[in-house]
Amino acid sequence: MNSEQLLSIQDLKVRFKSFEGVVSAVDGVDLNIAPGETVGLVGESGCGKSVTALSILRLLPKRSTLMEGNIHFSGMNMLTADEEALLKIRGNSISMIFQEPMTSLNPVMTIGDQIAEVFVLHQNLTWNQGREKAVEMLERVQIPSPNARSRDYPHRLSGGMRQRAMIAMALSCQPTLLLADEPTTALDVTIQAQIMDLMLRLKEKLNTAILIITHDLGLIAETVSRVIVMYAGQIVEEAPVGDLFKEPLHPYTRGLMGSVPKLGQKFKGGPSQLDEIKGVVPSLLNLPAGCRFNPRCPLAIAKCREQTPGMVRIGRQRQVRCWLVGGAK
Amino acid sequence: MIDDKAAIASTRKGNSREFSHLRTGISKFLRNKAACFGGVLIFIFIISSLLAPVLFSKDPNAQDIRHALEPPSLKQPLGTDELGRSILARIIFGGRISLAISLSSVALALLIGVPFGLVSGYFGGKIDFIIQRFTDVMLSFPPFLLALALVSVLGVGLKNTIISVGIAGLPHTIRITRGCVLSIREQVYVEAARAVGTRDRIILFRHILPNVMVPIIVNATLFFGMAIIFAAGLGFLGVGVQPPNPEWGTMLGSGRSLLFAAPHVATFPGIAIFLAVLGFNLLGDGLRDALDPRLGYE
Repeated sequence: MNSEQLLSIQDLKVRFKSFEGVVSAVDGVDLNIAPGETVGLVGESGCGKSVTALSILRLLPKRSTLMEGNIHFSGMNMLTADEEALLKIRGNSISMIFQEPMTSLNPVMTIGDQIAEVFVLHQNLTWNQGREKAVEMLERVQIPSPNARSRDYPHRLSGGMRQRAMIAMALSCQPTLLLADEPTTALDVTIQAQIMDLMLRLKEKLNTAILIITHDLGLIAETVSRVIVMYAGQIVEEAPVGDLFKEPLHPYTRGLMGSVPKLGQKFKGGPSQLDEIKGVVPSLLNLPAGCRFNPRCPLAIAKCREQTPGMVRIGRQRQVRCWLVGGAK
Repeated sequence: MIDDKAAIASTRKGNSREFSHLRTGISKFLRNKAACFGGVLIFIFIISSLLAPVLFSKDPNAQDIRHALEPPSLKQPLGTDELGRSILARIIFGGRISLAISLSSVALALLIGVPFGLVSGYFGGKIDFIIQRFTDVMLSFPPFLLALALVSVLGVGLKNTIISVGIAGLPHTIRITRGCVLSIREQVYVEAARAVGTRDRIILFRHILPNVMVPIIVNATLFFGMAIIFAAGLGFLGVGVQPPNPEWGTMLGSGRSLLFAAPHVATFPGIAIFLAVLGFNLLGDGLRDALDPRLGYE
């Protein structure tokens, strides 16, 4: 294990027991995050992005989840840690922002109390001190009249405001790692920019590392330094953000980029025709043999259908899981 | 009315979903004539019970054989019973007992049932299985039979009536609480609370319980009416509150043998039971409809 890393995940496998059998949601994920780094985790719905994030915090249901591999966070093994230790880490050194600001705040608790709770839990403050701190945090995330807002219930706030409140809650104990699970997906575009801007500025101030989970490539391009692309529970490509956008190596990454509309772009099949990746994400219960992307891959060769490709290192910082790339070509 | 003011205040404060939800809830309730009628009945019931010692200075149990079995008159509006006691006074004092029984047994059912339901729904697994099978056993008895069986084990009297009626209402309370917790448990804010390191115990009481209160309260209102019927039923069978205490069911039971000679002795306590239960049921139904067709959930 590299001791310089803040978070280091090796060969993480997460499987869920279900009525139809064991579902492998994450299969052999390696992921490293250095202190203060911003990393993007991209992929379609159901590819294991969120499961990876939840497994870092060990928030997956205990009874139905099988976890293997290693997750080390600042030297601590998260997979073997007991519940008491985890309670101290959650919200304190690792915190999480969820996709839906509309449902991620408790409707019957005031905003201030919800943020204060984090201080009460982790910094041994009284509720009143916690509430004062909460007002400070709300001010930091630029909520107007924070004092009054802290006494409001979540329904009085707009989506953007609630997401700001969530960020305030997540950053209140100055975590070293922030897991942002689609933090802007439910917000409209102008608010998205504001929220990302806010998150990145606070990150600079607190030197927090961020793992941004999203399917929005535009968001990734603007904000992160390194991108990890996941498909069907596996990492298929990892690259610094500039390289990835300049030259995506994996056919899936190329497909993803092709399916983002660009301003002023002429579409080949008529004005409303956007490129797409043919087919659907395979069922995790019934994965194809060989490369998991082969049924949808336009470049698939016979080998892709028979043998599972491993990660191929390209240059110093890039990795890709494809037979057609690098030495395997 | 206070409700009106709250409704107006909430319109001024904002038109977000929850507020309009509360506002439509209140106005829905006020427009529901049956529910208002139920509310009025319960209001009268509670006020008269509270004011009973003020309204009647005489002990309702004091006998006056010379005036036994008098039919309703100006002096005795509802007549007197076989021992010459004023039936009106006894009904109103009996209201105190009915109110005490229903309040305590509902409180008992909630105090035991809600925590069990919370734990069962939140943790699931083995503990859920054990609590639910236990609930199944209790549900397999008709509730009144369960109360009757408990009273025959525990013995007669006010305290045991409360305990057995409370336990008879337990399985439904557990089930309703558990059901609501099951849906709230999956909400993102519960996961968010876990993600900031909140203990299960605190999540249950601070984050989940307040969100499941509405259906529990509605159910408790309906349970009030049931508790009165059960207490009266036990009294009627002679295993509930014992004479000379003026319990409605007990009065009904002792008036039964005089049904042809002096029908008013049994009729008026019967009407009192009917009106009180009707009131609670109308109120409960009204609350349920007003708060949400899906039991107050979004």
